[in-house]
Amino acid sequence: MKKINYSILALLGLVMVFTGCNDSGKKSSNGALSSNNAEKVYVAPGEQDEFYAFMSGGYSGNLTVYGLPSGRMFKEIPVFSQFPTSGYGYSEETKPMLNTSFGFVPWDDSHHPDISQTNGELDGRWIFINGNNTPRIARISLKTFETEEIIELPNSAGNHSSSFITENTEYVVAGTRFSVPVPQRDMPINEYKGNFKGALSFVSVDPEDGRLDLKFQIMMPGFNYDLSHPGRGKSHGWFFFTTYNTEEANSLLEVNASQNDKDFIAAINWKKIEEYVNNGGGTKMPANYAHNVYDEGTHTATSTMKKEVLTVDPTKVPGAVYFLPTPKSPHGCDVDPSGNYIIGNGKLSADLTVHSFDRMLAAIEGKKFDGEAYGIPILKFEDVLAGTVKSGGLGPLHTEFDGKGNAYTTFFISSEVVKWKLGTWEVIDRKPTYYSVGHLMIPGGNSAKPFGKYVVAMNKITKDRYLPTGPELEHSAQLYDITGDKMELIYDFPTHGEPHYAAGIPAEILAPKSQKIYKLAENKHPMATLGVNDARVERKGNEVHVYMAMIRSHFTPDNIEGIKVGDKVYFHITNHEQDFDVPHGFAMIGANNSELLIMPGQTKSLVWEPKEVGVWPFYCTDFCSALHQEMQGYVRVSPANSNIDLSWSLGE
Amino acid sequence: MKKASVLMIIGPLFLLGLFFNPLWNIMLGAPQYPEPLGMNIYITGIKGVSEFDLQNIDGLNHYIGMKVIPKPEDMWEFTVFPYVIGIMVFLGVAIGLLGYMNKVSYKWFLGWFILMSILGILGMYDFNAWLYDYGSNLDPHAIIKVVNPDGTPMTYKPPLLGYQKMLNFDVTSLPHTGAYMMFLGMMMTVVAFFVGKKAPIK
Repeated sequence: MKKINYSILALLGLVMVFTGCNDSGKKSSNGALSSNNAEKVYVAPGEQDEFYAFMSGGYSGNLTVYGLPSGRMFKEIPVFSQFPTSGYGYSEETKPMLNTSFGFVPWDDSHHPDISQTNGELDGRWIFINGNNTPRIARISLKTFETEEIIELPNSAGNHSSSFITENTEYVVAGTRFSVPVPQRDMPINEYKGNFKGALSFVSVDPEDGRLDLKFQIMMPGFNYDLSHPGRGKSHGWFFFTTYNTEEANSLLEVNASQNDKDFIAAINWKKIEEYVNNGGGTKMPANYAHNVYDEGTHTATSTMKKEVLTVDPTKVPGAVYFLPTPKSPHGCDVDPSGNYIIGNGKLSADLTVHSFDRMLAAIEGKKFDGEAYGIPILKFEDVLAGTVKSGGLGPLHTEFDGKGNAYTTFFISSEVVKWKLGTWEVIDRKPTYYSVGHLMIPGGNSAKPFGKYVVAMNKITKDRYLPTGPELEHSAQLYDITGDKMELIYDFPTHGEPHYAAGIPAEILAPKSQKIYKLAENKHPMATLGVNDARVERKGNEVHVYMAMIRSHFTPDNIEGIKVGDKVYFHITNHEQDFDVPHGFAMIGANNSELLIMPGQTKSLVWEPKEVGVWPFYCTDFCSALHQEMQGYVRVSPANSNIDLSWSLGE
Repeated sequence: MKKASVLMIIGPLFLLGLFFNPLWNIMLGAPQYPEPLGMNIYITGIKGVSEFDLQNIDGLNHYIGMKVIPKPEDMWEFTVFPYVIGIMVFLGVAIGLLGYMNKVSYKWFLGWFILMSILGILGMYDFNAWLYDYGSNLDPHAIIKVVNPDGTPMTYKPPLLGYQKMLNFDVTSLPHTGAYMMFLGMMMTVVAFFVGKKAPIK
């Protein structure tokens, strides 16, 4: 008996040895694979990345710039949020950027960046991004990587199906996620159904300077317009929006808005509506929304309140709007590079619904309607359906394309990326994500010409992917190599804020035109100090204006006297450097705002209200040179009733 | 002699290139200047290789007490050199034309070359003297004063020709297009001399 027991133990031991061997064998093969992957993401010191990736900041309100494949972060571009690092939203020049009809709103929730296109291909002039909370759209220059314009959207709330651009950047388009009373009024919430409206805004983009103008709003039924994408190629001229809550529930939406088996994709023939509007169609209605423009010449933003918006009742434009039934509260609404397939990512479903643009046109032609909703024809599901991707995954959210006939869809609930084939709808590959992936991005993956080398998956949950940092973690992105038949997870990197979406572009398109300095000779700021001899201090009542210049390694002037308690001191500071990557900072003790980080050739202004008598220092915050520590100065603050004259000096 | 004279006419014309191309170029690279700063020296003045290079070189040089890079009006050379070159071109072409008309012998060709060479050497000597003054005549209140191992103050004279390491900067000084054109033109006059010498005397 004992003997048998021993031999069983020995056998067990042997089995363990074998499995142990197997395990170690596996590990070593993983190791070899990993080192191969390491080479794929390794960008050697001094080398540069192949792609730029612009990731939305989500609740940071900003836009971050990364390199692919390295996952290195290069910059955070302040857009909708005050940014004390540079003084954006704190400086006198940039405060107007954050003006809205609600006053100064120093924060937003930025979601979906989209790069400007020409003929459906990325042209790299601008990148647009939406503010979800207080509906806004921003345009960012891809020459200076600075926010140049923000336009508020009236009659909108939860600006989520935004900001996607048409094939030639004719429009940047924004749909409201929350329908609201239009115009806003005091009414019972439970009278939502049939009374609220969902505005789809078409903001025109000037082809020369990119200036935005809210051209018209389509007042749709009060559903939730979740995401959208433009038609391209043959479907250019159309725009597609996913909807949920076609139930029009106003409470406990997680249950009440999930009752209908199918919601809709709204297909909008915007060319038709544009024509209608150009021929005098539509109704002008009073509105109040901010249009904020940053001028590169004056380095200054201005905010203008607009008072009118042109609205369009979709039922008044026959043939302009149709509903395509789409199962299970679809989230992402994606159009393939050919423009024929419209993918509805039914987020409560296991399957993906793919509509055909050709079949949609045929169904419209044949008037194959399945009733209507608020006067808008509903097409028959079977007549527009191109196919269904039976994936076996759960919770499809968003799809992009590699330009080689494949599509890549994220599945939030089952935490995976699924690769499938357009046309045959067969699943080719699936790879796990870590964890709960939202959107994904292929550089150019939502354009007519994708650069199908990498997929970046943007995850909502991080958990154990990195060293823990307390309860709050950065989000996590995963990089997959998609050049082969099977996807390969090659890298993990944390991302700042909550990237809801990203836009990627080859570095060779952007890098050569990235601006290095602002030319001092072109500085048109009215408060600029263009020569050191113009440096001065002026008093206007209790306002004091300091016209200051900075260059390595001193301020002109650096001694100022005659300031009094109760004064409002404006420092207008011009950086005289004309050398790449030599910014100077300015920080004033006790200033109730932020520092200024001033680029070569730029002028920025900061307000300081001295509250106490004394001699107070200021200094340069950017380690600019070997004499950086010496780059400092003093302001003498005298009692309010003193009669010391203003004086200023340098080196006396 | 005609062939020689044609060469003698064309050769000096190459010197006109000095009015459009830099004579000399000095590049300054450093760890923080992966794209080096540079100055192009013309017979009419000094220009930056990139738009703001002179301003940035001056900005850096102020730390070690160097004078700012001279403007054309600050140095007589930039006024006189263009005249010297202009006159030499005129003289050379005139000699060539007279040679073509058999009014002067080929020996004049060599004469022009020797005169031009002397002027060139004088010019180089003057240029080097300026470089020396520029690099060693430093502001006594300079922010950074570096001494050599032997205790003498470090000077910053850029090399006349070639490469030199100066503090954090790699300095390279080389002739530029204008100088090469001048050299080519002068060589043609030497060739003209020998061709003229070999030509049968009519």
